[in-house]
Amino acid sequence: MLELTIKGSKKYYGWMTLVLGVIGVGFCVYVWQLLQGLQITGMSRDVSWGFYIAQLTFLVGVAASAVMLVIPYYLHNYKAFGKITILGEFLAIASVTMCLLFVIVDLGQPMRLLNVVLHPTPGSVLFWDMVVLNGYLFLNLIIGWNVLEAERNQTHTPKWVKPLIYLSVPWAVSIHTVTAFLYCGLPGRGFWLTAVLAPRFLASAFAAGPSLLILLCLLIRRISNFDPGREQIQSLAKIVTYAIILNVFFFFCEVFVVFYSQIPEHMDHFKYLFMGLHGHGALVPWMWTSLGLMFFAIFMLVLPITRRNEGTLAVSCVAVFVGTWIDKGMGMISGGFVPSPLHHVNEYIPTVPEIAITIGVYGIGVLILSALFKMAISIKEEVAA
Amino acid sequence: MESTRRKFLKIAGISTLGIAGANPVLDAFASEQQHGGEEEQHSQPVEIQKNEKALKAKQWAMVIDTRKFESAADLEPIIEACHKIHNVPDLSEENQRHVINWIWEEEYKHAFPNKAAKFLDERLKHLPFPVLCNHCENPPCVRVCPTKATFKRDDGIVLMDFHRCIGCRFCMAACPYGSRSFNFRDPRPFIEERNPKFPTRMKGVVEKCNFCAERLAVGKMPACAEASDGAIVFGDLYDPESEVRELIGSNYTIRRKQVLGTEPSVYYIV
Repeated sequence: MLELTIKGSKKYYGWMTLVLGVIGVGFCVYVWQLLQGLQITGMSRDVSWGFYIAQLTFLVGVAASAVMLVIPYYLHNYKAFGKITILGEFLAIASVTMCLLFVIVDLGQPMRLLNVVLHPTPGSVLFWDMVVLNGYLFLNLIIGWNVLEAERNQTHTPKWVKPLIYLSVPWAVSIHTVTAFLYCGLPGRGFWLTAVLAPRFLASAFAAGPSLLILLCLLIRRISNFDPGREQIQSLAKIVTYAIILNVFFFFCEVFVVFYSQIPEHMDHFKYLFMGLHGHGALVPWMWTSLGLMFFAIFMLVLPITRRNEGTLAVSCVAVFVGTWIDKGMGMISGGFVPSPLHHVNEYIPTVPEIAITIGVYGIGVLILSALFKMAISIKEEVAA
Repeated sequence: MESTRRKFLKIAGISTLGIAGANPVLDAFASEQQHGGEEEQHSQPVEIQKNEKALKAKQWAMVIDTRKFESAADLEPIIEACHKIHNVPDLSEENQRHVINWIWEEEYKHAFPNKAAKFLDERLKHLPFPVLCNHCENPPCVRVCPTKATFKRDDGIVLMDFHRCIGCRFCMAACPYGSRSFNFRDPRPFIEERNPKFPTRMKGVVEKCNFCAERLAVGKMPACAEASDGAIVFGDLYDPESEVRELIGSNYTIRRKQVLGTEPSVYYIV
């Protein structure tokens, strides 16, 4: 089936060349980072994780959201999703690959990466994160490949794939839970030290992932002969609606606990993010934008008229995606490091090279996603014809 | 090589390494040159001997009597002694965000943020506090390290293996004391005078205070204690006869963020 990824229209080739160009630029900057060390980033002694780890956190969520298609289709026999489940699984593959790459570009000594395998440390959450992310990648590769092949040959999916599909359900939950555990088990980091972190991560994931999928479905309908279907898109929209409401609810649970208890170590991070602390507040406009976008999206999604209209639905999906991205991709990591455990306020702002490398990694994700979606759509067009 | 080095670092108070029993004893901590010549012999079984002078403890601990400090000038020689012998680069003029600190000074409100108060003894308010790795009895940094590059020795010292560290900086997120520094760039050009008896680091790894493990191994007290004129006392926390126990038993001492359960081994008399 892979041959389908290299056969395509001029537009497809043009697009892939463009993406490769972006990856190339990112790669060159990464080589520079390898030579210079992480000094070219905005990270510091106080804010020792930045943009890279934040993107990892956000994308783990996008990857996990494939389960929102798998559960209705395979566990509840909701047939409509059969048509697009493969898209969710392929989105997961692209996202997990980006996650793993973001871990690698963040390492100070990437050539020692295999030390994690050579000296396995079950007490370290990062070790488990590596295990679950790689496991999820392979699960989706195997499942996606076999399901698509069966569709192409118009046969049933091999029986041995079924248990793997069932396994992928808790596994999807595990990747985002373990990623939350990276943060929420650390003493002295009041912002993350909350049991609601993993549930909140999952809620924002199940909003961000399916909203991206809706946008991709609308795009696919426009540029190919495959229609993911109106019913499918509407069902996804309901999932996004519930998930984004849950996400905001969890956020307010957190805000209540923090501000009613008035414990400074927990409160100061929220103050930094939403009001600024000791004259530092680079993220304040971003955080309010994020919150505003999420509220706007809830309003638009709860109202049946604007949810059912695919034009306004697309706007809501963009709002959900951007809103959750700012929340996790910008605020979540910086917010935990500022103020520092010694209560110094040193802000973090990503540098241009750091953003270039980040875009390069996203480019690799887009490349993988484009190739896999092209393969899936070609097969769907082939079967329909 | 790898496992030999670790085995070697892990056993407390070892300073000498006899190869195959018959060879002349090497000061293994001392240098790369001496080591280099013997590289091939590492395939042979290595026998590790303890230096007779090596200091041993169940849990090394430190008592800092801040009553003996008056200003930053009193801390300067202490910090300099440590940073000099451990080849700690001085990046303070280059980029404040990338500084490497093994022992440094903080105001009371930063050293003890959850003990800070609006109204405070004037002396305490302005007094510089020396802060360093607490060599916690229950260290979160060791718990999170995915490669065991940071580990706790039998004598309580939390050590770093600079050659195994992958630079993920999980330990920096886990440490509630900001005691860990990351080499954002090659530190070597910023070492004024290199001490050939202690390794330098490369870019991309984390480092921190090692309670002078290399000095204890040859019967010497930590450099900061030695340079402190009696203000910093070092000893075994579990030896009731030790000087640190005597000080803890006869003075009111505080530790940084005790409430977190990490059991810091650095005690402050204020």
